[in-house]
Amino acid sequence: MRRAFAGPTFGALLLALAASSARAEVIEIKAEKLAFAPAQIAAHVGDTIVWVNADFVAHTATARNGAWDMMMPPNTKKELVLKSAGTVDYYCKFHPNMIGKITVTE
Amino acid sequence: MFIRVAGMAGALAALVFAGPACAQGKPTDPQIAHIAYTAGQIDIEAAEQALKKSKNKEVIGFAQNMVSDHKAVNEKALALVKKLKVTPEDNDTSKSLSQQAAQKRAELGKLSGSAFDKAYVDNEVAYHKAVNSALENTLIPSATNPELKDLLSTGLKIFQGHEQHAEHVAAALK
Repeated sequence: MRRAFAGPTFGALLLALAASSARAEVIEIKAEKLAFAPAQIAAHVGDTIVWVNADFVAHTATARNGAWDMMMPPNTKKELVLKSAGTVDYYCKFHPNMIGKITVTE
Repeated sequence: MFIRVAGMAGALAALVFAGPACAQGKPTDPQIAHIAYTAGQIDIEAAEQALKKSKNKEVIGFAQNMVSDHKAVNEKALALVKKLKVTPEDNDTSKSLSQQAAQKRAELGKLSGSAFDKAYVDNEVAYHKAVNSALENTLIPSATNPELKDLLSTGLKIFQGHEQHAEHVAAALK
């Protein structure tokens, strides 16, 4: 009884997972030679942004609206799952000449 | 203070017109390497002084970043001169920079609290402006080795970031 019940539930869960991961994308942004590339990104809720710091100095990706603040030591990666829609401008706290924008839609 | 800042900027600005003592009036690669390394070292020492004296979170954060960034750039510079078998050559610009930095450190050493914070950060804005302008107008165009030119160009972008960061901290202190 219990087994018969657990079977379809687990299956449905897998299906739901497969459906959502098929839609979610991983978008890479490089921080290199003191610039974010690409500087502007269009993404969907559920997508993952991966910042790759290819420089020999530390950078941050800091949202101007305070939503997130990613610290990236030299030659490291940082991931962020986008949870809500909206446009976020961000910059590097250490080198404010580095700027980027992410536009997130549902 | 204004005169001191102007003096420091002047030592770098003088490069544009006269350059260190050399025939063409243009600094050589060994001299450029020495000037760039010295300029970085000066900023590390200024930051270490700030880390000892300041209690302001923004100022401390800025100074910590100055230490790590300038150390990282100078490590790259040392590795590069070693690879290129270039021996950095002391020169009048480096000497005058060091001399004026020592004066500035003594002057800042007499200040404390918010007076120190303000003077340190204002000097960081002026100093980065002067160094960036010397890099852009004299050191980068004069460098002949492409790898040295490339490192100086990356350095310039990092230091332009520092100039803006210092301006943000200065605005926050007001």
